[in-house]
Amino acid sequence: MSELGEGSRPAIAPGMRLQWEEAQQAHVLLYPEGMVKLNGSAGAIMSRCDGVRTVNDIVADLERSFGASNLAKDVHAFMTMALERRWLELRP
Amino acid sequence: MSARPVGPPLWLLLELTYRCPLHCVFCYNPTDFARTGPELDTADWLRVLREARALGAVQLGLSGGAPRARDDLEVIVAEAHTLGFYINLITSGIGMTQARIAALKAAGLDHIQLSFQDSTREMNDFLSSTRTFELKSKVAALIRAHDYPMVLNVVLHRHNIDHVAEILAMAEAMGAQYVELANTQYYGWAWLNRDELLPSREQLERAEAVTKAFRERLGKRMQIYFVVPDYFETRPKPCMNGLGSVFLALAPDGMAMPCHAARMLPNLTLPNVRDLSVREIWYDSPAFNRFRGDAWMKEPCRSCPEKHKDFGGCRCQAYLLTGDADNADPVCDLSPHHGLVTAAVARAAGAAASPAPRPQALVFRDHRISIPVVTETAPR
Repeated sequence: MSELGEGSRPAIAPGMRLQWEEAQQAHVLLYPEGMVKLNGSAGAIMSRCDGVRTVNDIVADLERSFGASNLAKDVHAFMTMALERRWLELRP
Repeated sequence: MSARPVGPPLWLLLELTYRCPLHCVFCYNPTDFARTGPELDTADWLRVLREARALGAVQLGLSGGAPRARDDLEVIVAEAHTLGFYINLITSGIGMTQARIAALKAAGLDHIQLSFQDSTREMNDFLSSTRTFELKSKVAALIRAHDYPMVLNVVLHRHNIDHVAEILAMAEAMGAQYVELANTQYYGWAWLNRDELLPSREQLERAEAVTKAFRERLGKRMQIYFVVPDYFETRPKPCMNGLGSVFLALAPDGMAMPCHAARMLPNLTLPNVRDLSVREIWYDSPAFNRFRGDAWMKEPCRSCPEKHKDFGGCRCQAYLLTGDADNADPVCDLSPHHGLVTAAVARAAGAAASPAPRPQALVFRDHRISIPVVTETAPR
Protein backbone atom coordinates (compact mmCIF):
# COMPACT_ATOMS: atom_id res chain seq x y z
CA MET A 1 0.00 0.00 0.00
CA SER A 2 1.42 3.39 -0.95
CA GLU A 3 1.52 6.30 1.48
CA LEU A 4 -1.46 8.54 1.98
CA GLY A 5 -0.75 11.95 0.45
CA GLU A 6 -2.69 14.98 -0.71
CA GLY A 7 -2.89 13.54 -4.23
CA SER A 8 -3.98 10.02 -3.13
CA ARG A 9 -7.33 8.76 -4.39
CA PRO A 10 -9.01 6.77 -1.62
CA ALA A 11 -11.82 4.31 -2.40
CA ILE A 12 -13.96 1.93 -0.40
CA ALA A 13 -11.94 -1.30 -0.12
CA PRO A 14 -13.06 -4.39 -2.06
CA GLY A 15 -15.51 -6.54 -0.13
CA MET A 16 -16.72 -3.51 1.83
CA ARG A 17 -19.94 -1.69 1.16
CA LEU A 18 -20.87 1.78 2.34
CA GLN A 19 -24.52 2.72 2.46
CA TRP A 20 -26.92 5.09 4.14
CA GLU A 21 -29.27 3.35 6.58
CA GLU A 22 -32.54 5.17 7.13
CA ALA A 23 -33.39 3.16 10.26
CA GLN A 24 -30.08 4.05 11.89
CA GLN A 25 -29.89 7.57 10.43
CA ALA A 26 -26.25 6.85 9.67
CA HIS A 27 -23.84 5.60 7.05
CA VAL A 28 -22.80 2.04 7.77
CA LEU A 29 -19.91 0.02 6.44
CA LEU A 30 -20.81 -3.57 5.68
CA TYR A 31 -18.36 -6.45 5.29
CA PRO A 32 -18.29 -10.21 5.85
CA GLU A 33 -19.78 -10.89 9.29
CA GLY A 34 -19.64 -7.29 10.34
CA MET A 35 -21.06 -3.81 10.28
CA VAL A 36 -19.68 -0.48 11.47
CA LYS A 37 -22.02 2.41 12.15
CA LEU A 38 -20.19 5.59 11.18
CA ASN A 39 -20.63 8.88 12.96
CA GLY A 40 -21.55 11.96 10.96
CA SER A 41 -18.05 13.12 10.07
CA ALA A 42 -16.80 9.61 9.28
CA GLY A 43 -19.82 9.11 7.02
CA ALA A 44 -19.20 12.45 5.30
CA ILE A 45 -15.58 11.51 4.58
CA MET A 46 -16.19 7.91 3.53
CA SER A 47 -19.05 8.79 1.20
CA ARG A 48 -16.66 11.04 -0.75
CA CYS A 49 -14.03 8.32 -1.20
CA ASP A 50 -14.88 7.27 -4.75
CA GLY A 51 -11.40 6.45 -6.05
CA VAL A 52 -11.57 9.48 -8.36
CA ARG A 53 -11.31 12.46 -6.05
CA THR A 54 -7.99 13.15 -4.34
CA VAL A 55 -7.59 13.73 -0.62
CA ASN A 56 -7.17 17.43 -1.40
CA ASP A 57 -10.44 17.46 -3.37
CA ILE A 58 -12.24 15.74 -0.53
CA VAL A 59 -10.90 18.14 2.10
CA ALA A 60 -11.92 21.12 -0.02
CA ASP A 61 -15.39 19.68 -0.60
CA LEU A 62 -15.88 19.00 3.12
CA GLU A 63 -14.74 22.49 4.06
CA ARG A 64 -17.19 23.95 1.53
CA SER A 65 -20.08 21.70 2.57
CA PHE A 66 -19.70 22.28 6.30
CA GLY A 67 -18.49 25.89 6.19
CA ALA A 68 -15.33 24.83 8.01
CA SER A 69 -11.60 25.32 7.57
CA ASN A 70 -8.41 23.47 8.47
CA LEU A 71 -10.02 20.04 8.17
CA ALA A 72 -7.00 18.50 6.40
CA LYS A 73 -5.36 17.16 9.55
CA ASP A 74 -8.52 15.46 10.83
CA VAL A 75 -9.34 13.99 7.44
CA HIS A 76 -5.82 12.61 7.08
CA ALA A 77 -5.99 11.08 10.55
CA PHE A 78 -9.32 9.42 9.82
CA MET A 79 -8.19 8.11 6.43
CA THR A 80 -5.00 6.70 7.91
CA MET A 81 -7.08 4.80 10.46
CA ALA A 82 -9.51 3.65 7.76
CA LEU A 83 -6.63 2.40 5.58
CA GLU A 84 -5.17 0.59 8.56
CA ARG A 85 -8.52 -1.13 9.16
CA ARG A 86 -8.91 -1.87 5.46
CA TRP A 87 -12.08 0.17 5.08
CA LEU A 88 -10.32 2.15 2.36
CA GLU A 89 -7.72 1.46 -0.30
CA LEU A 90 -5.75 3.87 -2.48
CA ARG A 91 -6.24 3.95 -6.23
CA PRO A 92 -3.44 4.98 -8.58
CA MET B 1 -38.23 -4.26 31.80
CA SER B 2 -35.16 -2.66 30.33
CA ALA B 3 -34.37 1.00 30.07
CA ARG B 4 -32.75 0.10 26.75
CA PRO B 5 -35.11 0.99 23.92
CA VAL B 6 -35.71 -1.89 21.51
CA GLY B 7 -33.69 -1.28 18.35
CA PRO B 8 -34.23 -2.85 14.94
CA PRO B 9 -33.34 -6.45 14.05
CA LEU B 10 -30.14 -5.39 12.25
CA TRP B 11 -29.01 -8.96 11.70
CA LEU B 12 -31.33 -11.37 9.92
CA LEU B 13 -30.55 -15.05 9.50
CA LEU B 14 -32.70 -17.17 7.24
CA GLU B 15 -32.28 -20.90 7.66
CA LEU B 16 -33.85 -21.66 4.32
CA THR B 17 -33.96 -25.43 4.72
CA TYR B 18 -32.88 -28.20 7.07
CA ARG B 19 -32.06 -30.36 4.05
CA CYS B 20 -28.32 -31.09 3.89
CA PRO B 21 -26.28 -33.89 2.35
CA LEU B 22 -23.78 -33.78 5.23
CA HIS B 23 -24.09 -35.51 8.59
CA CYS B 24 -21.83 -33.33 10.74
CA VAL B 25 -21.46 -34.39 14.35
CA PHE B 26 -21.16 -30.75 15.49
CA CYS B 27 -24.21 -29.36 13.68
CA TYR B 28 -26.19 -26.88 15.79
CA ASN B 29 -29.49 -27.67 14.07
CA PRO B 30 -32.14 -29.13 16.36
CA THR B 31 -31.80 -32.87 16.85
CA ASP B 32 -35.50 -33.24 16.15
CA PHE B 33 -35.47 -31.20 12.91
CA ALA B 34 -36.84 -34.21 11.06
CA ARG B 35 -40.19 -33.49 12.73
CA THR B 36 -40.56 -29.88 11.59
CA GLY B 37 -43.28 -28.87 9.15
CA PRO B 38 -42.97 -27.80 5.50
CA GLU B 39 -40.57 -25.07 4.41
CA LEU B 40 -41.79 -21.57 3.64
CA ASP B 41 -42.42 -20.97 -0.04
CA THR B 42 -40.70 -18.32 -2.13
CA ALA B 43 -43.40 -15.68 -1.65
CA ASP B 44 -43.16 -16.00 2.15
CA TRP B 45 -39.38 -15.59 2.15
CA LEU B 46 -39.62 -12.53 -0.10
CA ARG B 47 -42.25 -10.99 2.17
CA VAL B 48 -40.04 -11.62 5.20
CA LEU B 49 -37.14 -9.89 3.46
CA ARG B 50 -39.25 -6.83 2.63
CA GLU B 51 -40.73 -6.57 6.13
CA ALA B 52 -37.39 -7.04 7.90
CA ARG B 53 -35.61 -4.55 5.64
CA ALA B 54 -38.33 -1.97 6.32
CA LEU B 55 -37.58 -2.34 10.03
CA GLY B 56 -33.87 -1.73 9.40
CA ALA B 57 -32.40 -5.22 8.96
CA VAL B 58 -29.25 -4.96 6.84
CA GLN B 59 -26.89 -7.89 7.40
CA LEU B 60 -28.42 -11.02 5.93
CA GLY B 61 -27.21 -14.57 6.45
CA LEU B 62 -28.56 -17.37 4.29
CA SER B 63 -27.98 -20.69 5.93
CA GLY B 64 -29.62 -24.01 6.72
CA GLY B 65 -29.12 -26.95 6.24
CA ALA B 66 -27.71 -26.42 2.83
CA PRO B 67 -29.29 -23.26 1.37
CA ARG B 68 -28.41 -24.24 -2.20
CA ALA B 69 -30.91 -27.09 -1.83
CA ARG B 70 -33.56 -24.40 -2.43
CA ASP B 71 -34.21 -23.91 -6.16
CA ASP B 72 -35.27 -20.34 -5.46
CA LEU B 73 -31.99 -19.30 -3.81
CA GLU B 74 -31.13 -16.94 -6.67
CA VAL B 75 -34.60 -15.35 -6.49
CA ILE B 76 -34.22 -14.77 -2.76
CA VAL B 77 -30.72 -13.31 -3.21
CA ALA B 78 -31.88 -11.01 -6.01
CA GLU B 79 -34.73 -9.61 -3.93
CA ALA B 80 -32.47 -9.15 -0.91
CA HIS B 81 -29.92 -7.32 -3.06
CA THR B 82 -32.57 -5.01 -4.52
CA LEU B 83 -33.71 -4.19 -0.99
CA GLY B 84 -30.16 -3.24 0.07
CA PHE B 85 -29.14 -6.17 2.25
CA TYR B 86 -25.50 -7.20 2.57
CA ILE B 87 -25.83 -10.89 1.78
CA ASN B 88 -23.74 -13.73 3.14
CA LEU B 89 -24.28 -17.29 1.98
CA ILE B 90 -23.13 -19.93 4.43
CA THR B 91 -22.39 -23.16 2.64
CA SER B 92 -20.55 -26.45 2.80
CA GLY B 93 -19.93 -25.95 -0.92
CA ILE B 94 -21.62 -29.14 -1.98
CA GLY B 95 -23.64 -28.62 -5.14
CA MET B 96 -22.13 -25.17 -5.67
CA THR B 97 -21.30 -25.42 -9.35
CA GLN B 98 -19.61 -22.83 -11.52
CA ALA B 99 -23.01 -21.94 -13.00
CA ARG B 100 -24.66 -21.53 -9.60
CA ILE B 101 -21.86 -19.40 -8.18
CA ALA B 102 -21.94 -17.16 -11.26
CA ALA B 103 -25.76 -16.86 -11.08
CA LEU B 104 -25.60 -15.91 -7.40
CA LYS B 105 -22.98 -13.28 -8.14
CA ALA B 106 -25.20 -11.85 -10.87
CA ALA B 107 -28.13 -11.83 -8.41
CA GLY B 108 -26.09 -9.69 -6.01
CA LEU B 109 -24.63 -12.08 -3.45
CA ASP B 110 -21.93 -10.25 -1.49
CA HIS B 111 -19.94 -13.09 -0.04
CA ILE B 112 -19.75 -16.80 0.51
CA GLN B 113 -18.61 -18.39 3.73
CA LEU B 114 -17.28 -21.84 2.97
CA SER B 115 -17.11 -24.31 5.80
CA PHE B 116 -14.46 -26.96 6.15
CA GLN B 117 -14.37 -29.70 8.71
CA ASP B 118 -10.59 -30.09 8.53
CA SER B 119 -7.56 -29.73 6.31
CA THR B 120 -6.96 -33.42 5.82
CA ARG B 121 -9.30 -35.31 3.58
CA GLU B 122 -9.66 -38.28 5.86
CA MET B 123 -10.77 -36.27 8.88
CA ASN B 124 -12.96 -34.02 6.80
CA ASP B 125 -14.77 -36.98 5.35
CA PHE B 126 -15.05 -38.84 8.62
CA LEU B 127 -16.54 -35.94 10.53
CA SER B 128 -19.02 -34.96 7.89
CA SER B 129 -19.54 -38.55 6.89
CA THR B 130 -19.20 -37.98 3.13
CA ARG B 131 -16.42 -37.60 0.58
CA THR B 132 -16.32 -33.89 0.23
CA PHE B 133 -12.88 -32.43 0.70
CA GLU B 134 -11.72 -32.24 -2.92
CA LEU B 135 -15.04 -30.80 -3.91
CA LYS B 136 -14.67 -28.02 -1.33
CA SER B 137 -11.22 -27.17 -2.64
CA LYS B 138 -12.72 -26.75 -6.09
CA VAL B 139 -15.49 -24.54 -4.73
CA ALA B 140 -12.92 -22.38 -2.94
CA ALA B 141 -11.18 -21.81 -6.29
CA LEU B 142 -14.53 -20.87 -7.88
CA ILE B 143 -15.29 -18.42 -5.08
CA ARG B 144 -11.97 -16.73 -5.70
CA ALA B 145 -12.41 -16.78 -9.46
CA HIS B 146 -15.74 -14.96 -9.09
CA ASP B 147 -14.16 -12.24 -6.98
CA TYR B 148 -16.04 -12.89 -3.76
CA PRO B 149 -14.22 -12.20 -0.50
CA MET B 150 -12.84 -15.57 0.58
CA VAL B 151 -14.11 -16.49 4.02
CA LEU B 152 -13.30 -19.94 5.36
CA ASN B 153 -14.91 -21.37 8.43
CA VAL B 154 -13.48 -24.41 10.16
CA VAL B 155 -15.28 -25.85 13.16
CA LEU B 156 -12.72 -27.07 15.69
CA HIS B 157 -13.00 -29.90 18.19
CA ARG B 158 -10.87 -32.52 19.89
CA HIS B 159 -10.26 -34.51 16.70
CA ASN B 160 -9.02 -31.71 14.46
CA ILE B 161 -7.74 -28.96 16.74
CA ASP B 162 -4.24 -30.43 16.61
CA HIS B 163 -4.27 -29.79 12.84
CA VAL B 164 -4.61 -26.01 13.08
CA ALA B 165 -1.22 -25.47 11.41
CA GLU B 166 -2.30 -27.58 8.41
CA ILE B 167 -5.70 -25.87 8.33
CA LEU B 168 -4.15 -22.40 8.26
CA ALA B 169 -1.60 -23.45 5.64
CA MET B 170 -4.49 -24.71 3.49
CA ALA B 171 -6.35 -21.41 3.98
CA GLU B 172 -3.25 -19.45 3.00
CA ALA B 173 -2.78 -21.58 -0.12
CA MET B 174 -6.42 -20.96 -1.06
CA GLY B 175 -5.97 -17.21 -0.74
CA ALA B 176 -8.44 -16.81 2.12
CA GLN B 177 -8.90 -13.27 3.43
CA TYR B 178 -10.77 -14.29 6.56
CA VAL B 179 -10.50 -17.54 8.46
CA GLU B 180 -12.75 -18.38 11.34
CA LEU B 181 -11.43 -21.10 13.57
CA ALA B 182 -14.65 -21.61 15.43
CA ASN B 183 -14.54 -24.01 18.30
CA THR B 184 -17.67 -26.09 18.47
CA GLN B 185 -20.52 -24.61 20.45
CA TYR B 186 -22.48 -27.28 22.21
CA TYR B 187 -26.03 -27.12 20.89
CA GLY B 188 -28.07 -29.50 18.76
CA TRP B 189 -26.07 -32.46 17.49
CA ALA B 190 -22.90 -31.05 19.02
CA TRP B 191 -24.57 -31.22 22.45
CA LEU B 192 -25.25 -34.93 21.96
CA ASN B 193 -21.58 -35.38 21.08
CA ARG B 194 -20.05 -32.96 23.55
CA ASP B 195 -18.03 -35.47 25.53
CA GLU B 196 -16.48 -36.76 22.29
CA LEU B 197 -15.74 -33.31 20.86
CA LEU B 198 -14.58 -31.03 23.69
CA PRO B 199 -10.80 -30.53 23.41
CA SER B 200 -8.40 -30.44 26.32
CA ARG B 201 -6.96 -27.19 27.62
CA GLU B 202 -3.53 -28.29 26.37
CA GLN B 203 -4.85 -28.80 22.86
CA LEU B 204 -6.48 -25.41 22.97
CA GLU B 205 -3.33 -23.63 24.13
CA ARG B 206 -1.25 -25.30 21.41
CA ALA B 207 -3.77 -24.25 18.76
CA GLU B 208 -3.77 -20.67 20.02
CA ALA B 209 0.03 -20.54 19.89
CA VAL B 210 0.03 -21.81 16.29
CA THR B 211 -2.63 -19.24 15.37
CA LYS B 212 -0.60 -16.44 16.93
CA ALA B 213 2.47 -17.41 14.88
CA PHE B 214 0.41 -17.37 11.65
CA ARG B 215 -1.05 -13.98 12.52
CA GLU B 216 2.40 -12.54 13.09
CA ARG B 217 3.68 -13.91 9.79
CA LEU B 218 0.68 -13.05 7.59
CA GLY B 219 -0.42 -9.79 9.19
CA LYS B 220 -3.51 -8.32 7.55
CA ARG B 221 -3.25 -10.48 4.43
CA MET B 222 -5.30 -13.16 6.16
CA GLN B 223 -7.37 -12.25 9.18
CA ILE B 224 -7.77 -15.14 11.59
CA TYR B 225 -10.52 -15.25 14.17
CA PHE B 226 -10.06 -17.84 16.86
CA VAL B 227 -13.28 -18.48 18.75
CA VAL B 228 -12.41 -20.06 22.09
CA PRO B 229 -14.83 -22.71 23.34
CA ASP B 230 -16.62 -20.91 26.12
CA TYR B 231 -16.32 -23.92 28.46
CA PHE B 232 -12.76 -22.72 29.09
CA GLU B 233 -13.81 -19.22 30.11
CA THR B 234 -14.86 -17.89 33.49
CA ARG B 235 -17.31 -15.33 32.13
CA PRO B 236 -20.03 -16.12 29.60
CA LYS B 237 -20.31 -14.74 26.09
CA PRO B 238 -22.76 -11.84 25.61
CA CYS B 239 -24.92 -14.17 23.57
CA MET B 240 -26.56 -12.34 20.62
CA ASN B 241 -25.79 -9.09 22.47
CA GLY B 242 -28.81 -10.04 24.56
CA LEU B 243 -31.76 -11.92 23.06
CA GLY B 244 -34.11 -9.69 21.10
CA SER B 245 -31.51 -6.96 20.78
CA VAL B 246 -30.16 -7.16 17.20
CA PHE B 247 -30.56 -10.72 15.94
CA LEU B 248 -33.54 -12.42 14.32
CA ALA B 249 -33.37 -15.96 12.96
CA LEU B 250 -36.02 -17.75 10.96
CA ALA B 251 -36.20 -21.52 10.75
CA PRO B 252 -37.18 -23.27 7.48
CA ASP B 253 -40.79 -23.62 8.64
CA GLY B 254 -41.09 -19.89 9.40
CA MET B 255 -40.55 -20.14 13.14
CA ALA B 256 -38.95 -16.91 14.40
CA MET B 257 -36.17 -17.26 16.96
CA PRO B 258 -34.13 -14.75 18.99
CA CYS B 259 -31.10 -17.02 18.48
CA HIS B 260 -30.29 -19.99 16.21
CA ALA B 261 -30.76 -22.51 18.99
CA ALA B 262 -33.79 -21.02 20.78
CA ARG B 263 -36.10 -23.62 19.34
CA MET B 264 -35.04 -25.98 22.11
CA LEU B 265 -36.06 -23.67 24.95
CA PRO B 266 -39.09 -24.96 26.83
CA ASN B 267 -42.08 -22.73 27.54
CA LEU B 268 -41.03 -20.28 24.83
CA THR B 269 -43.84 -20.16 22.29
CA LEU B 270 -42.07 -19.06 19.14
CA PRO B 271 -44.08 -16.95 16.71
CA ASN B 272 -44.27 -17.89 13.03
CA VAL B 273 -44.03 -15.56 10.04
CA ARG B 274 -46.93 -17.46 8.49
CA ASP B 275 -49.16 -15.91 11.17
CA LEU B 276 -47.57 -12.57 12.05
CA SER B 277 -45.60 -9.77 10.42
CA VAL B 278 -41.92 -9.39 11.22
CA ARG B 279 -42.76 -6.16 13.04
CA GLU B 280 -45.29 -7.88 15.30
CA ILE B 281 -42.84 -10.70 15.97
CA TRP B 282 -39.88 -8.47 16.76
CA TYR B 283 -41.57 -5.81 18.87
CA ASP B 284 -44.68 -7.42 20.32
CA SER B 285 -44.35 -11.20 20.61
CA PRO B 286 -43.88 -12.63 24.11
CA ALA B 287 -41.00 -14.83 22.89
CA PHE B 288 -38.92 -11.87 21.72
CA ASN B 289 -39.67 -9.85 24.84
CA ARG B 290 -39.06 -12.77 27.18
CA PHE B 291 -35.32 -12.12 27.66
CA ARG B 292 -35.15 -8.39 26.97
CA GLY B 293 -33.93 -6.29 29.87
CA ASP B 294 -32.99 -7.95 33.15
CA ALA B 295 -36.28 -8.57 34.97
CA TRP B 296 -36.16 -12.27 34.01
CA MET B 297 -32.76 -12.79 35.63
CA LYS B 298 -32.13 -14.84 38.75
CA GLU B 299 -29.24 -14.54 41.15
CA PRO B 300 -26.29 -14.30 40.79
CA CYS B 301 -27.03 -12.34 37.57
CA ARG B 302 -29.76 -10.09 38.99
CA SER B 303 -27.42 -8.22 41.33
CA CYS B 304 -24.28 -8.68 39.22
CA PRO B 305 -22.44 -5.51 38.12
CA GLU B 306 -21.60 -7.25 34.83
CA LYS B 307 -25.16 -8.11 33.87
CA HIS B 308 -25.33 -5.49 31.14
CA LYS B 309 -22.02 -6.65 29.73
CA ASP B 310 -22.82 -10.33 29.16
CA PHE B 311 -26.61 -10.40 29.70
CA GLY B 312 -26.24 -13.53 31.82
CA GLY B 313 -24.64 -15.41 28.93
CA CYS B 314 -26.41 -17.96 26.78
CA ARG B 315 -29.99 -18.98 27.61
CA CYS B 316 -29.71 -22.22 25.68
CA GLN B 317 -26.53 -23.23 27.47
CA ALA B 318 -28.15 -22.40 30.81
CA TYR B 319 -31.07 -24.62 29.86
CA LEU B 320 -29.01 -27.51 28.50
CA LEU B 321 -26.73 -27.63 31.52
CA THR B 322 -29.06 -26.73 34.37
CA GLY B 323 -32.55 -27.44 33.05
CA ASP B 324 -33.60 -23.80 33.60
CA ALA B 325 -33.14 -21.16 30.90
CA ASP B 326 -33.38 -18.34 33.46
CA ASN B 327 -30.26 -19.44 35.31
CA ALA B 328 -26.87 -17.84 34.83
CA ASP B 329 -24.90 -19.44 32.02
CA PRO B 330 -22.80 -22.03 33.94
CA VAL B 331 -19.71 -20.92 32.03
CA CYS B 332 -19.65 -18.07 34.56
CA ASP B 333 -17.62 -19.03 37.63
CA LEU B 334 -20.12 -17.09 39.75
CA SER B 335 -22.81 -19.59 38.74
CA PRO B 336 -23.57 -22.26 41.35
CA HIS B 337 -23.62 -24.69 38.40
CA HIS B 338 -20.12 -23.82 37.15
CA GLY B 339 -18.94 -27.24 38.36
CA LEU B 340 -20.86 -28.85 35.48
CA VAL B 341 -18.59 -27.00 33.04
CA THR B 342 -15.34 -27.70 34.88
CA ALA B 343 -16.32 -31.38 35.17
CA ALA B 344 -16.84 -31.58 31.38
CA VAL B 345 -13.45 -29.92 30.85
CA ALA B 346 -11.82 -32.37 33.27
CA ARG B 347 -13.35 -35.33 31.40
CA ALA B 348 -12.05 -33.87 28.14
CA ALA B 349 -8.51 -33.69 29.53
CA GLY B 350 -8.57 -37.43 30.09
CA ALA B 351 -10.37 -38.39 26.90
CA ALA B 352 -8.21 -36.22 24.64
CA ALA B 353 -5.30 -38.47 25.50
CA SER B 354 -6.95 -41.26 23.47
CA PRO B 355 -5.91 -40.90 19.84
CA ALA B 356 -8.80 -41.37 17.40
CA PRO B 357 -12.51 -40.56 17.32
CA ARG B 358 -14.68 -43.58 17.97
CA PRO B 359 -17.44 -43.62 15.35
CA GLN B 360 -19.75 -45.64 17.54
CA ALA B 361 -19.60 -42.94 20.21
CA LEU B 362 -20.66 -40.11 17.88
CA VAL B 363 -24.17 -39.30 16.70
CA PHE B 364 -24.17 -38.12 13.08
CA ARG B 365 -26.78 -35.57 12.01
CA ASP B 366 -29.49 -37.51 10.22
CA HIS B 367 -32.92 -36.62 8.89
CA ARG B 368 -34.09 -40.17 9.51
CA ILE B 369 -33.82 -39.90 13.26
CA SER B 370 -35.36 -37.44 15.64
CA ILE B 371 -33.81 -37.03 19.06
CA PRO B 372 -35.50 -35.04 21.80
CA VAL B 373 -33.46 -32.51 23.79
CA VAL B 374 -32.15 -33.89 27.08
CA THR B 375 -30.65 -31.50 29.60
CA GLU B 376 -27.70 -32.45 31.81
CA THR B 377 -29.61 -31.80 35.02
CA ALA B 378 -33.33 -31.72 35.59
CA PRO B 379 -35.06 -28.38 36.14
CA ARG B 380 -35.45 -27.33 39.75
